[in-house]
Amino acid sequence: MKFILMMHAPRGTGDWDIMTKWSQGEVEAHIQYLNDINADLRKAGELVNIEGLMPPKHARIVRAGKGGAPDVTDGPFAESKEFLAGWWIVDVATPERAYAIAGRASAAPGPGGKPLNMAIEVREVMSAPPVEV
Amino acid sequence: MDSTGTHLLRDLAPQVLGVVARRFGDFAAAEDAVQEALAAAAMQWPERGVPDNPRAWLVQVAMRRMTDHLRSELARRRRETVLVAEEAVEYEEPREPGEAAEQEQDDTLLLLFMCCHPALTRPSAIALTLRAVGGLTTEQIANAFLVPEATMAQRISRAKQSIKKSGVPFRMPTGEEREERLDAVLHVLYLVFNEGYATSTGSSLQRADLATEAIRLARAVHRLLPDDGEVAGLLALMLLTDARRLARTGPNGELIPLDEQDRARWDREAITEGVALISKTLSQGAIGAYQLQAAIAAVHDEAARAADTDWPQILALYGLLKRMTDNPMVTLNHAIASAMVHGPAAGLELLKPLDADPRIAGHYRLDAVRGHFFEMAGDAEMARSHYHAAANRTSSIPERNYLLIKASRLRNAE
Repeated sequence: MKFILMMHAPRGTGDWDIMTKWSQGEVEAHIQYLNDINADLRKAGELVNIEGLMPPKHARIVRAGKGGAPDVTDGPFAESKEFLAGWWIVDVATPERAYAIAGRASAAPGPGGKPLNMAIEVREVMSAPPVEV
Repeated sequence: MDSTGTHLLRDLAPQVLGVVARRFGDFAAAEDAVQEALAAAAMQWPERGVPDNPRAWLVQVAMRRMTDHLRSELARRRRETVLVAEEAVEYEEPREPGEAAEQEQDDTLLLLFMCCHPALTRPSAIALTLRAVGGLTTEQIANAFLVPEATMAQRISRAKQSIKKSGVPFRMPTGEEREERLDAVLHVLYLVFNEGYATSTGSSLQRADLATEAIRLARAVHRLLPDDGEVAGLLALMLLTDARRLARTGPNGELIPLDEQDRARWDREAITEGVALISKTLSQGAIGAYQLQAAIAAVHDEAARAADTDWPQILALYGLLKRMTDNPMVTLNHAIASAMVHGPAAGLELLKPLDADPRIAGHYRLDAVRGHFFEMAGDAEMARSHYHAAANRTSSIPERNYLLIKASRLRNAE
């Protein structure tokens, strides 16, 4: 079963400003923690894909305008408190395993080494058509 | 197939393509045929052993595919008796070895000119070069560029269509055109190298292969045109830069800047070769941009410790390079060298015009360098704010992490 684990971070000013107030040791511990998760997932053969996104300040919303020409506006919507910072796609045996990985990622340390408890949205990835019998 | 077999196929690929394309005058179809022959070899050779004359074997198979292809084309066009190419299947290796070698060299160069055709976009030219001259499979190229195989196959197929439509015959370009085309070839090889060298994320192993492949191809071009200074300069630049690859990233792919690298991990052999190459070339006259960049890389590589770097010489070389090219990255590096020689205020002054240059204004590198100059000047607050701005603008994760750590280090120091 494939799951996408979407990490949501506080929106702030739309930049990486949560990390800019941390000390060197805190930044390094946070990066190391996430690197360790990735290394473990790779070793276990569970990692399908992982991507990080540029901060939301650089996001644009596109809708088809008149005649199908793209109409580009700044996004995402200002009222959203959190934004998608990046994701993992993992191939695991059970949903519980996906929740366990998400739980570990959510506990990535922040200031003072305390877990950040970031929201990680877990969604199953829909698959290709079933095999004809 | 083992690595010897793979290398053999890669070396033979352009030679075989040269023979077939010349014989039939159709580059696009010949390229398809040669790919099929390479695939057949990769299947059959491990089982039955490598044939006595692998090159002739590949040419023979590719020509047979070519004939099949022509025959079905013809059948489609008019349902008449096939008269094409029945005899074209037979192929004999040339008798005069000297003559054959010369033809082979011309073919490889000609293939490079074809693949770096002005009608193609750079990404298409890169993909086609790697396949036709580098002998890589579409799958390998797709993996290296982290795109699905179908996407890469489309890109290559469109590239071949563009060449076909352009109607350029399969023959050596002459005079001025040749110079221009060689520039394009060198640029494509340079981009392939950078693609492999500059990225430390993703499946890094496969990416590093691109740098190795670019060096292999640059070596081939240098063998064909040993007296061309820029070809030698590009090869030297690649060797001298690639020599630092192992020291450039930490265990998790984090960036380690030049002045913090463990120089014991630099590849001495590559440095020796690169330095010898560029020293010989620089003494021979007309100096181009690749040679200057190689000379700068050589000065860095020859310093036993970061503190021993001969910055005045690097500054002088960037001064020459700046006069030769209108590239904002050169101005940026010139400013860095100037700051190392004359202090951060001089560097900041040289950066000013870049704010008005749309090619680099707002680019994270500009912020990162400013941060560095303010740090040198002891202004932690300005330095931190520039590092943060750079971290927010880079799209590379290792680079972002590096900049965030630099900024947080200054916070600790306060």
